[in-house]
Amino acid sequence: MENKIDIKAFLDQDEKKDLLRLLTAGSVDDGKSTLIGRLLFDSKKLYEDQLDALERDSKRVGNAGAGQIDYALLLDGLKAEREEGITIDVAYRYFSTNKRKFIIADTPGHEQYTRNMITGGSTANLAIILVDARTGVITQTRRHTFLVSLLGIKHVVLAVNKMDLVDYDQKVFDSIVAEYKKFAEPLGIPDITCFPISALNGDNVVETSDNTPWYKGISLLEHLETIQVSSDHNFNDFRFPVQYVLRPNLNFRGFSGTVASGIIRKGDEIVALPSGKRSKVKSIVTYDGELEYAFPPQAITITLEDEIDISRGEMLVKADNMPLIGRSFSAMLVWMDEAPMDIDKKYFIKQTSNISRIKLEEIEYKVDVNTMEKSKIDHFELNEIGKIDITSSKPLFFDPYQKNKHTGAFILIDPVTHNTSAVGMILERRDECGSVEETPTFSLSKLGIGTEHRSAIETLQKAMSKQGIEIKIED
Amino acid sequence: MEEKYDLSHLKALEAESIHIIREVAAEFENPVMLYSIGKDSSVMVRLAEKAFYPGKVPFPLMHIDSRWKFKEMIEFRDKYAKEHNWDLIVESNEKAFEEGVGPFTHGSKVHTDLMKTQALLAALDKHKFDAAFGGARRDEEKSRAKERIFSFRDQFHQWDPKNQRPELWDIYNAKVHKGESIRVFPLSNWTELDIWQYIRMENIPIVPLYYAKERPVINMDGNLIMADDERLPEQYRDQIEMKMVRFRTLGCWPLTGAVESSAATIEEIVEEMMTTTKSERTTRVIDFDQEASMEQKKREGYF
Repeated sequence: MENKIDIKAFLDQDEKKDLLRLLTAGSVDDGKSTLIGRLLFDSKKLYEDQLDALERDSKRVGNAGAGQIDYALLLDGLKAEREEGITIDVAYRYFSTNKRKFIIADTPGHEQYTRNMITGGSTANLAIILVDARTGVITQTRRHTFLVSLLGIKHVVLAVNKMDLVDYDQKVFDSIVAEYKKFAEPLGIPDITCFPISALNGDNVVETSDNTPWYKGISLLEHLETIQVSSDHNFNDFRFPVQYVLRPNLNFRGFSGTVASGIIRKGDEIVALPSGKRSKVKSIVTYDGELEYAFPPQAITITLEDEIDISRGEMLVKADNMPLIGRSFSAMLVWMDEAPMDIDKKYFIKQTSNISRIKLEEIEYKVDVNTMEKSKIDHFELNEIGKIDITSSKPLFFDPYQKNKHTGAFILIDPVTHNTSAVGMILERRDECGSVEETPTFSLSKLGIGTEHRSAIETLQKAMSKQGIEIKIED
Repeated sequence: MEEKYDLSHLKALEAESIHIIREVAAEFENPVMLYSIGKDSSVMVRLAEKAFYPGKVPFPLMHIDSRWKFKEMIEFRDKYAKEHNWDLIVESNEKAFEEGVGPFTHGSKVHTDLMKTQALLAALDKHKFDAAFGGARRDEEKSRAKERIFSFRDQFHQWDPKNQRPELWDIYNAKVHKGESIRVFPLSNWTELDIWQYIRMENIPIVPLYYAKERPVINMDGNLIMADDERLPEQYRDQIEMKMVRFRTLGCWPLTGAVESSAATIEEIVEEMMTTTKSERTTRVIDFDQEASMEQKKREGYF
């Protein structure tokens, strides 16, 4: 009977835990998979039959020595990859402790997998960067740290692994940490914490180790359990990209979406972009009842005091805190497609709930991800990163990515293959060069089209908008 | 009252799923929600109801009926859809059914291929759905751990694990050519424990088979198979025993093993789960019939 009370209390408590999303990057040799395996294993998330399957697999293709569990096999899911012995995609892993839930995006370390790391890192609150204590900071460490800073990940854990192989020598650890911090400093990552560990032996992973009496900090897991990440959201600049318009009946018109940033309260005055029309928040509706206020990343429905025509792709903001509005901006771009960039192609851009066509303007430079050196190029190929100017066929509402991830991020879609060809992070707005074309407006009365055809014309307008072509209709 | 700006993991997962579901409704012409009647489906369906509240969900539910589902599942399905005002589509591979295809006569591989995979593909083609929600989770199985939330399928509904679209932030690429489609997995980041906690927190109805009860079962090669209808082959009939069992997953009754259990409440199920030694899908016979079998089935179009 007592047991039953325990499980209820456990569940009540457990429901309230928060979520930490973390990125691990590294190659097979760093012991990254061993570290993750240990985190999963030691937090008792592994079910016994998953271990059984692991032991079976180890006998056939395992890279670990005879009799040892190869933690990497836990993580490398797909058949093709298991045969190659490397992680070639992003694998998501889940574990939880009694303090927090964790989602790990596990990505491969080699340069040819830059795009995988970018994918895994896009939603991460924290990145674990592993270095081998014997080799210290290497090219790969620099590359990963650069990518982490590019993605705006605010917390980095530098795990100096294989300390057992350097006799747990404090000098080795200190000099690696010093070298790393010197390199990382100009990248502006706000929080870097360093740990001397041995993933294989478990030193300082879950519990602090007697082998490193000179290390006075907490264990890696304890750090992951206690680090504050909810404050990483932008609570200052209210941005609400309208995702879906709800009109279940004549009396209800709601604008559904996810709060990208900022706080919205009942009664707040809002401005709809691009129309500039103003109204007040009448209610914040959810299935679980109305809210007094909402914050990121809540998914809500907003109703307004006034009847304003707003559709998907538009944005609700506050009058005294506007995003940048424009068709032209510069961005850091990561090319994700096997097919190289075709500078003349009119790619689709998807940014918040908006889709438009773009023109690729000038590429300012490419960054060598290993040396940080900049060079001039005329197009991007797979895994290349650089700064480019882009012009969209319709105005977008955005912020610099480093200030607001949700309104500063975008993807480019190939208009022919529909592949996600590139991803980008907006740096700043640019003055529009050349003449800005007004959205073509069609007057139904002038064209002699009866208003009874209005809904058919609107269907056409919607279909064209999906292709990135905007037209306005008036009576 | 002081305002708080952090979400519990369940509320964060809920918000992420609602965002995904709304994105599909906004971007696709003709989406459908695949409904397996299982606990994950039940959560997914509730999330869809939440996403469009107070409106009606703008897409139908579709159940692929292999014709070998537990009777209690079918009753639950019809009752739930009616009470919650869902448009429900039920499709089966009628031809194979009439030819007598079933797990006892044709084995799990042939049965699953014809009655589940082929039936699903035919139904998707028949209704010309361009997006189909599924309730799969990444923590269920290794190949699923790498699948995108918006998972692209070619015109033959095939998944190519080596050619997946990059997926970043919460921006989803919904572009498809005619005939191609996207499978969408709004529960990708949920774990089994999250699902149970959410069912408990939200009071979501689930099929009673998940709760322990005395049921007639037969031990077939180590799997406790329930005698659910008269199609149980003759040779097993004298082997039926009454046992206190429950089901950790639900599927076709001859292919879904029960576990001996006395867990009759969600709390007891969670407690059992946390101390148990078998992970969820091991009671599903189909995952074991060939090496890397789920990956193979996914390539062929099975979820």
